Amino acid sequence: MTAYDKVKAARAKGRPTGMDYISNIFSDFIEMHGDRRFGDDKAVVAGIASLNNMPVTVIALEKGHDTKEKIYRNFGSAHPEGYRKALRQMKLAEKFKRPVICFVDTAGAFCGIAAEERGQGQAIAENLMEMMTLKVPIISVFIGEGGSGGALALAVADEVWMLENSIYSVISPEGCASILWKDSSKVKEACEYLKLTAEDLYNLNVIEKVIPESGNFHKTYFELKHLLFNKMSENKKLDPETLVKQRYSRFRKIGSYSNTI
Amino acid sequence: MLRKDLFRRPKNELEDYFKSSKKASAPDVPGEMCILCPKCKSTLFTSSLNENCRVCTKCGYHFRMNARQRVDFISDDDTFTELFSDMRSKNPIEFPNYTEKLKHARLESAQKEAVVCGTAKIGGFDCALFVMEPNFMMGSMGTVVGDKITLLFEYATEQSLPVIGFIVSGGARMQEGILSLMQMAKTSGAVKLHSDAGNLYIAVLTDPTTGGVTASFGMEADITLSEPNALIGFAGPRVIEQTIRQKLPSGFQRAEFLVEKGFVDSVVNRKDEKKLVSKLLSLHKKEDL
Repeated sequence: MTAYDKVKAARAKGRPTGMDYISNIFSDFIEMHGDRRFGDDKAVVAGIASLNNMPVTVIALEKGHDTKEKIYRNFGSAHPEGYRKALRQMKLAEKFKRPVICFVDTAGAFCGIAAEERGQGQAIAENLMEMMTLKVPIISVFIGEGGSGGALALAVADEVWMLENSIYSVISPEGCASILWKDSSKVKEACEYLKLTAEDLYNLNVIEKVIPESGNFHKTYFELKHLLFNKMSENKKLDPETLVKQRYSRFRKIGSYSNTI
Repeated sequence: MLRKDLFRRPKNELEDYFKSSKKASAPDVPGEMCILCPKCKSTLFTSSLNENCRVCTKCGYHFRMNARQRVDFISDDDTFTELFSDMRSKNPIEFPNYTEKLKHARLESAQKEAVVCGTAKIGGFDCALFVMEPNFMMGSMGTVVGDKITLLFEYATEQSLPVIGFIVSGGARMQEGILSLMQMAKTSGAVKLHSDAGNLYIAVLTDPTTGGVTASFGMEADITLSEPNALIGFAGPRVIEQTIRQKLPSGFQRAEFLVEKGFVDSVVNRKDEKKLVSKLLSLHKKEDL
């Protein structure tokens, strides 16, 4: 599969969305709504659930399946209140010492007048800061598209895992092609250059795990459930200071690419 | 009712704005003694413009300032000591033409990267200072910019110094792919640790501050100031217009708009910046231990 094929697979119709993972991996999911500041963003689903009897906080960017659902979910592109809802749930997770699990699937944070008016940049920035020192374990799983800052705002985690056919990029390949060549038909080339596949990211040491896809997603849910439970059981034993220190150094080491002259 | 211009590409005032401002703020090569103000169309002498901290003497339009000019302008005479000055970007994901682009940016800006970091005194107060360079790939953040800013915040945390940052940036640098995106998280972490240790961070947002820089250290300061009319946002105005197929209201994403919406503390004229920053530093002076 070329990088372009992976992009198509990540966006494919019929691919499971965040809520499919929630309902197949956890039991007793109770959804919590709203950011207590502006409203309830339907592109972000958040709540409490049980993972093999371990209480956890689950947050997912949700794209929806059919056209009606997609419009309701704003195609998985969150407004600032979505990121603030997620942060509110993470702060509660910290208070009650629950691990946090995020499922990322978004073309990017929504880009529009209202999103800017309510501080899209500030909302993302605050999540990055707060997640970095959150005193409970965080794991983010990329299940489809990981579009730029809007994906990162739920991915400042102890470990980031990606499904084999998911992508994670600083800019959409279409955006990249139009900036570089003023030609959106060069998307295929852009996909290769951006190094956005799970395998690329693993090789760049940006993620910890690539979750294989067999085509049977029930197998994937089953495997993920065990991987998440094992990792969270392990990370729960770490004291908060060590956990935060490890999370900071995880990001701290990305970027020693400089020369001295 | 069907709008007549529904299928027409929306007119983007910014395109003209950038065109004219680019022309107007052409580098000060010898011989080019005059410069046209894009706002009031007055012809200004480059020398008098520079003497007036690159603010139009007729209408107050703020021209872009390069990093060295700003460092000289904001810090007390002979107090700036540069840090991490040797760091230069490689081409970590082997992005086509990036190496050439870097070479060109180094020539154009006379800087090694898009941010200058160091320590300085401002109004007699010690601080850590970073100033971004608009002539280096529009101040975009790749791994070296991320590294330098992180190192500066870590140094400031260690030394209990306030950080003053002058920000101008188009956002994360596409040519370093996902590694650029990761710098948003990294710098945010360094800002958080600096903040948790009780230190002050003042950001001065200048034209333009967008994308991944707005969504990280641009919007994480204790005190956020901005120069008049600076463009500040997450998505760029052209991208928004193309997405929503609608003309943006005038003044949208400008500094004054952000004050109105509650995301910037105050708009400050360039000539008052040093006085205000000094005052703020004096109000946050730590008691002797």
